Amino acid sequence: MNSKNMMYILKRILLALLTVWVVITITFFVMHAVPGGPFLGEKAMSEATVKALEAKYGMDKPLMTQYFTYLKDIVTRFDFGPSIKQRGRMVIDVIADGMKTSVKLGLIAAFLALITGVVLGAVAALRRNRIIDKVIMVITTAFVSMPSFIMGVLLLIAFVIRLKWLPGNGATSGGLVLPIITLSLYPMAYITRLTRSSMLDVLGQDYIRTARAKGVSKWKIIFGHAMKNSLIPVITYFGPMIAYIVTGSIVVEQIFAVPGIGRFFVSSIINRDYPMIMGTTIILAILIVVMNMVSDILYKVVDPRIKFD
Amino acid sequence: MKHKPFSMQVNLDDFIPATEEEKAYMVQMRPSTTFFRDGVKRLVKNRVALVSFIVIVLITLSAIIIPAFWPYGYEQMLGVTPGQPVDASYNNLQPLHYSTTEQAKIAAGETVFPHLFGTDSSGRDYFIRVVYGTRISLAVGFFASIIVLIIGILVGSVAGYIGGKVDLIIMRIVDIIYSLPDMLMVILLASVLRLTLNQALAGTPLEKIGSNIISLFIVFGLLYWVSMSRLIRGQILSLREQEYVLAAQATGAKSGWIIRKHLIPNCISVVIISTALQIPNAIFTESYLSFLGLGVNAPMPSLGSLAADALNGISSYAYRLVIPAIVISLIVLSLNLFGDGLRDAFDPKLNA
Repeated sequence: MNSKNMMYILKRILLALLTVWVVITITFFVMHAVPGGPFLGEKAMSEATVKALEAKYGMDKPLMTQYFTYLKDIVTRFDFGPSIKQRGRMVIDVIADGMKTSVKLGLIAAFLALITGVVLGAVAALRRNRIIDKVIMVITTAFVSMPSFIMGVLLLIAFVIRLKWLPGNGATSGGLVLPIITLSLYPMAYITRLTRSSMLDVLGQDYIRTARAKGVSKWKIIFGHAMKNSLIPVITYFGPMIAYIVTGSIVVEQIFAVPGIGRFFVSSIINRDYPMIMGTTIILAILIVVMNMVSDILYKVVDPRIKFD
Repeated sequence: MKHKPFSMQVNLDDFIPATEEEKAYMVQMRPSTTFFRDGVKRLVKNRVALVSFIVIVLITLSAIIIPAFWPYGYEQMLGVTPGQPVDASYNNLQPLHYSTTEQAKIAAGETVFPHLFGTDSSGRDYFIRVVYGTRISLAVGFFASIIVLIIGILVGSVAGYIGGKVDLIIMRIVDIIYSLPDMLMVILLASVLRLTLNQALAGTPLEKIGSNIISLFIVFGLLYWVSMSRLIRGQILSLREQEYVLAAQATGAKSGWIIRKHLIPNCISVVIISTALQIPNAIFTESYLSFLGLGVNAPMPSLGSLAADALNGISSYAYRLVIPAIVISLIVLSLNLFGDGLRDAFDPKLNA
């Protein structure tokens, strides 16, 4: 690890911190720009009740004071305040509740996408221009063009309503099968295409020809020489993949009734539960920003050929 | 004549006028081709891109033309006639079925326009709703990409031309916006803007378009220009330093000529291609937001909101979901394939 590496990592961490701060700031001010405030639209409330509620949630203070209190609570205690609609619960507890299911869902989907994607991509590259390559490419092109909610709904129609093989309720363990598949199909297709093209690139390199000339066996060339280098571009996709899975899970959890954070997010938007919307946005944003940072840093550190700027 | 190596005498045979035959060698056999015509030729040869282009044109044309002559409106509840009780037999018709009133009319010898895709739960003709939804989705995709293009060109060329501190500051802002999680910000802004805009727009002609669509455009204008401006800045920076630009300047070309003949042809293809690839992205985002209930205002349909509405009756009317799903996927797929084809045909750097 030389000083240039360290400099890059430092710069990247700084950018991530800055981004998280920008997200918090935008979220805070955007949510407070809404006319009427969070208590509007609730069944007729007297002036005094609204005043009392605002005092309770600290909304009677000047905006900047509220902002700094909010920022301080997040930084020092990771506290996003109480939920307005779910009385007596803290936002962070509700989110942690939903995260249990969502993290499980997301991680399995990511692993599934990674493994099938790499295998299919390698197969397509090694059987280039044969039937199997063409089939894989056609299918992945179709998957890349289909929004996740459409994929989810089509799977729901096929396997839950028509064939009745799987339960449609995501609260049961069998009910997670379809959400996982739905979320993993797009990244899987993307990784397949990525692996295929980088594998083709690597297989054309001189050192592969040298290895072949030395008489190294085919499998050893693939797994010992080609695979390692062709997986480097896949690392760059880690960050976008997590972002896709996070935003995808918002609708997919809706479709399959999975009690995860995406569902809480949508219901808090509908209920206008402002602290919940802010908290969920910020936490999901931190997740995405951090994953992007990690994949960027990994990419530069893993491949010594990549220049630092 | 004896040839002396150091004499100044020239060989007069070298200066005989060329015969007709010799002149014919110099005639260009193929008409000279322009960059654009060359690209079009390559594009037409690419069968996948051509088919996708035809699909896009067909879908766009039918989205524009069909509402003009279709006898039903997208918001017209067929069972509701003023002054009469609601005719519920119009609701939830299967494709190509008729309501009891219409069956009576047919029995009386009248012709009734068929409901190709049936009707929805409010008795609205589903086919025309899908056509309108397609229209909205395409329009949103198109205008959002234009907005992204304009802002991207402005910011990118300012950063590229002026350089220095301005460039540095702009690019840091671009870095931060680029690393914002876009979808989350879109959801947040869309859910807030529609509340704010609803009041601001009331009474203006923009009200009909709906605050959600406008907030979608604002969101696109705020967030999605960054990659376009990065692209354009990079193009300007690298093209300025090219040897052929220097060579053109050295041979006395005016800057107008250089811009027209060297910079624009090298830059425009990349810009057009990424704009073309931006359209499916915008359609994607719009349908995603509509699906979450943050899209177009009812009763205006979009493909995403049609799919979302259909979720309620999914077990008995699955086709109502499958139809908009197929249309969205078809649009996005063919736009993507066509964009890829454009890139293969028009990107000069790929052909090199």
